[in-house]
Amino acid sequence: MADKVYANAAAALEGLTVDGITVMAGGFGLCGIPEKLIAALRDSGAKDLTCISNNAGVDDFGLGLLLRTRQIKKMISSYVGENKEFERQYLGGELELEFNPQGTLAERCRAGGAGIPGFYTKTGVGTLVAEGKEHKEFGGETYILETGLVADVALVKAWKADPYGNLVYRKTAQNFNSVMATAGKVTIAEVEELVGPGELDPDRIDTPGIFVQRLIVGQGYEKRIEQRTVREAA
Amino acid sequence: MPWTRDQMAERAAKELQDGFYVNLGIGMPTLVANHIGEDIDVTLQSENGMLGMGPFPTEDEVDADLINAGKQTITELKRTSYFSSADSFGMIRGGHIDLSVLGAMEVAENGDIANWMIPGKMVKGMGGAMDLVAGVKRIIVLMDHTNKAGESKFLKACSLPLTGKNVVDMIVSDLGVFRRLDHDSPFQLIELAPGVTEEEVRSKTEAHYEVAL
Repeated sequence: MADKVYANAAAALEGLTVDGITVMAGGFGLCGIPEKLIAALRDSGAKDLTCISNNAGVDDFGLGLLLRTRQIKKMISSYVGENKEFERQYLGGELELEFNPQGTLAERCRAGGAGIPGFYTKTGVGTLVAEGKEHKEFGGETYILETGLVADVALVKAWKADPYGNLVYRKTAQNFNSVMATAGKVTIAEVEELVGPGELDPDRIDTPGIFVQRLIVGQGYEKRIEQRTVREAA
Repeated sequence: MPWTRDQMAERAAKELQDGFYVNLGIGMPTLVANHIGEDIDVTLQSENGMLGMGPFPTEDEVDADLINAGKQTITELKRTSYFSSADSFGMIRGGHIDLSVLGAMEVAENGDIANWMIPGKMVKGMGGAMDLVAGVKRIIVLMDHTNKAGESKFLKACSLPLTGKNVVDMIVSDLGVFRRLDHDSPFQLIELAPGVTEEEVRSKTEAHYEVAL
């Protein structure tokens, strides 16, 4: 069996970081982002990247790191409100931006990974999102055609993996990760813990290993929190 | 006296029914969770991949892997399930969510809503709002009746880019409640905040509506 486990994030990216590639990155806000792989992608210096990710990180963490260094040419996202550098580059015309409704973005990745080139959805009908897209009626309702997305490289974050690339996520840190894992020509997963063969319950695998080509164990996860909201202990 | 934000949320919460699956938008709509009647059982969905959202954590319970769609730390309940973003929007788009309460910049008399973009200013993105208005069975808008300039936010036609066309079922503003029976019917003013008159509502509303107080 091909060994999927790499020594570190830089090694896992080797041979893939060509200028102009399309990269998917999982996560919602800063929750469940592949923080080690994003940092290594920055260090690789690859530029003119198209990044598909629900959000764009914050100024000094997540994909915000790649914006700072001007490595991103285009973002496909649903919400980018937390990033001032993004705003500056976008308003200055230095960065292309394609907004997708969040569910459309998730389904585009799911479809791409499942070999489905397009699908019809009622999300966005009658809005800017529908402009230039094919419209079609089903049962008296109007739908628009959206296309599947595939990335040259998909970067995902999971909780645990085994050496075969089977992945398990934790709580809401799953979000886009399991969907994007299916849609990378090469998918690299970073995990908090690598367990031995047979130690993951086969009935409880979120991402089967066939979708994962490379794997690293990240050290010292920062897991930054954007909105720490608490209540008084009873 | 017009309703406060909390009173508006309290009024919207009366629309929740026993057994409902509900998605609350970011901002004022999250206040609705504080007013869910103790006699009804409601499951809150968070579109980042969770059904059965619990209250904010205590300091000891904070978990970076457990947030809501507003990126706030939250907790799980005994009923909680987690899933991918694709499954989450399958629930939303597929019509499995009973009710969503959302904020808005503008609502039109034909049920159009605009709540994601102001051209020329920074555009943050629509997030899940377009999916919610397209797929959820019933859409309630919670918004101030007028903008900061005192102009009506309930209009003949939206001037801002739309989030969805003909999707709003009810508006709860600080002045009262508008409802329509279906997407072919006009909005009706069905309730006034205490001390607010129909004349005041009329003077602050551009949209056409019927009165059914």
